[in-house]
Amino acid sequence: MSEIQLDLVSDAKLSGMGSTEKVRYIIDEVRKGKILVLEKGLNPLDEAKLIEMTMSEIHDDFYGLEIESYPRDESGTTFLGKLLKKDTGRQKLTVIGPANQLKTLRKDNSLISTLVSTK
Amino acid sequence: MGVISHFKKFFGKLFKKKNACIGIYGPPNAGKTTLANRIVKDWKDDDSEPVGSVSHIAHETRKAQRHHKLEIESKGSKICLDIVDTPGLATKIDFHDFMKEGMGEKESKQRSKEATEGVIESVKWLDDLDGVILVMDATENPYTQVNVTVIGNMEARKLPLLIVANKVDLPEADPEAIKEAFPQHPFIGISALEGTNMDAFYEAIAKQFG
Repeated sequence: MSEIQLDLVSDAKLSGMGSTEKVRYIIDEVRKGKILVLEKGLNPLDEAKLIEMTMSEIHDDFYGLEIESYPRDESGTTFLGKLLKKDTGRQKLTVIGPANQLKTLRKDNSLISTLVSTK
Repeated sequence: MGVISHFKKFFGKLFKKKNACIGIYGPPNAGKTTLANRIVKDWKDDDSEPVGSVSHIAHETRKAQRHHKLEIESKGSKICLDIVDTPGLATKIDFHDFMKEGMGEKESKQRSKEATEGVIESVKWLDDLDGVILVMDATENPYTQVNVTVIGNMEARKLPLLIVANKVDLPEADPEAIKEAFPQHPFIGISALEGTNMDAFYEAIAKQFG
């Protein structure tokens, strides 16, 4: 029976890493065939960096990532936070996996439904 | 950065934004280049070349195309914009998808490689823009990660964003779904191909980026 490893990654683990380290960790784990569920996701700048670094690694046997998260909730951003450009909007749960194994079936504001397959 | 420098930047943006640089972003095949071509056709005096070619095959635009100093007028106000048509953003690019469209393996792999470089260029452009027009295909689910990421980046950078629901001429289009998905941002439904609702689009541009 084929098996797929699913890692539930706590916010504490990722928040202890720098931006590049975080993105490197995600790509390395996904390239091993793991599905990651991030407790609080990535901030938008890290998401952009993840896309950029993923693109630089795409080759014949790696097509990239499937990544899905909910839109961020800006209501968590205070007026003072906005004034000082503090990124206080709430980040949301995120699922990431290899594009050839993780497929999004349906996504809306309250549900992400995915299909995980073996290679 | 301190509060005073934020105020300076804010008021600087308010009064000195003579020639803002606006990026057209979105997933592949949302109609970004069709929209860029439409804008150039509508506002260039001379017989300008189109910004780029369009195709039903994804990642037709693989290099960002910048069009300088377009003067757009709407309801008496005039703004001058540089428009950057960016390659479609994606988190995955599989060369097999191009082969399914009839391309050979070598050509598909080359297109895939160029497409990845295009996505990297699009991400880098985010650092150099004054605002973004985010183009979504009104016939598709708006909750794609590309849309979520672009919107999140504009919010994090505190830059203006205009969401465009394109392809409203198609019977299966559901622009209201886009509006409901991201209610916190200005929204306009158009057909860049048919030129539908373009006056309202330019009005929204003047209001959002002027």
